[in-house]
Amino acid sequence: MIVDSSSPAPAKKSLLLSSEADLQRTQTPYVTGTSVIAIKYKDGILIAADMGGSYGSTLRYKNVERIRPVGKHSLIGASGEISDFQEILRYLDELILNDSMWDDGNSLGPKEVHNYLTRVMYNRRNKFNPLWNSLILGGVKNGQKYLGTVNMIGVHYEDNHVATGFGNHLARPILREEWNENLTFEEGVKLLEKCMRVLLYRDRSAVNKLQIAKITDEGFTISQPYSLKTQWKFKAFENPTVGAEGSW
Amino acid sequence: MPIQQANWSPYDNNGGTCVAIAGADYCVIAADTRMSTGYNILTRDYSKIIQLADKSVMASSGFQADVRALQKVLEARHLVYQHQHNKQMSCPAMAQLLSNTLYYKRFFPYYSFNVLGGLDSEGKGCVFTYDAVGSYERVGYSSQGSGSTLIMPFLDNQLKSPSPLLLPAKDAVTPLSESEAVDLVKTCFASATERDIYTGDKLEILVLNAEGIRREYMELRKD
Repeated sequence: MIVDSSSPAPAKKSLLLSSEADLQRTQTPYVTGTSVIAIKYKDGILIAADMGGSYGSTLRYKNVERIRPVGKHSLIGASGEISDFQEILRYLDELILNDSMWDDGNSLGPKEVHNYLTRVMYNRRNKFNPLWNSLILGGVKNGQKYLGTVNMIGVHYEDNHVATGFGNHLARPILREEWNENLTFEEGVKLLEKCMRVLLYRDRSAVNKLQIAKITDEGFTISQPYSLKTQWKFKAFENPTVGAEGSW
Repeated sequence: MPIQQANWSPYDNNGGTCVAIAGADYCVIAADTRMSTGYNILTRDYSKIIQLADKSVMASSGFQADVRALQKVLEARHLVYQHQHNKQMSCPAMAQLLSNTLYYKRFFPYYSFNVLGGLDSEGKGCVFTYDAVGSYERVGYSSQGSGSTLIMPFLDNQLKSPSPLLLPAKDAVTPLSESEAVDLVKTCFASATERDIYTGDKLEILVLNAEGIRREYMELRKD
């Protein structure tokens, strides 16, 4: 294995595992997605995430879709290890398929899918082989909006606005101040873009290529990828070396 | 190959405080609704209280994923009990079940600090207090969680009579009326909220008595 500065950092010290079988357990994440943020708005749920897949400090993949539909009523957004997210999508596929095979006119709503995911994540944590993700599950069924989150050790909750990773530090405070339950679609998108812009400026692993997804009782849409406008023309950034000749 | 080290912890502390007080014919169980991790607040509106049976209410704080799993295990076990015995579990029976469930995971514990409150078979209030691995005791009052160190001494002072600090040991319930006990609980949480960063947002209070169960809420400081 070649260890260079662009690949993930080696494991930290804390004796808990040994033996060959443990090569099969997730020890550290490799390709990761950063924050996902989501809000309830008047007609349903809005979720935003960028399209980056980082390999340690390298921005290796720039076309990763981190928001996906689940059945008829939900959307899932994931941060963390991308391969574990892909496995979760396979689990969800099987869940939805088996639900549909009952052919009884009923379909799993967002609350049920969130509960299933919570049990899966907690179970893997109990076996010391976690799915290294923080997930956001949002949806609408019969007019009832639902927005929840669950992380790799099984901690879960629902709220009017949720975020993963850095989003908890940078986006939640903005959302607490500016969210209200009567946001229109345009207002909701503007609010999420405001949060994503802050994340873009301040999160090292953020990329300027994002998708915003919407789900309502009528169905879902996931936007085409687009970029946010950024502002770098500050006086303090002009002539950066003027005070230290020879530096760069 | 060299010994692998884990770089993640299966536990987290999501904070919060729980209190229960037993009266002559009632029981008050209360907990805040803040859920945190590290210095972040995750949500201000998460209930730590669950009604397990007609006359048993449990409040738990600690690691939320373990708390929820524990609640589900007890709920399921109570359902099985009802099918097999055609009656609700009594509070002392639920108390023993909770202890056994916690000890079952003695070597990978539920990081859950519980108080169980309810009415015993005579209709008197009862409170059981636990540690994370199932050691338990019937008491007249108790608090668990991040604010317990602030609340417990205050309760010892205000509820002298059911206090284990008196000798000889007196009756295990407080002579206070139901409304006095609820006021005392509100005072406890208002104080704990001032000094414990993990306690705050909102207080949820459940009162169990002969008439049934009643729920009350009070706003707490959000900082």
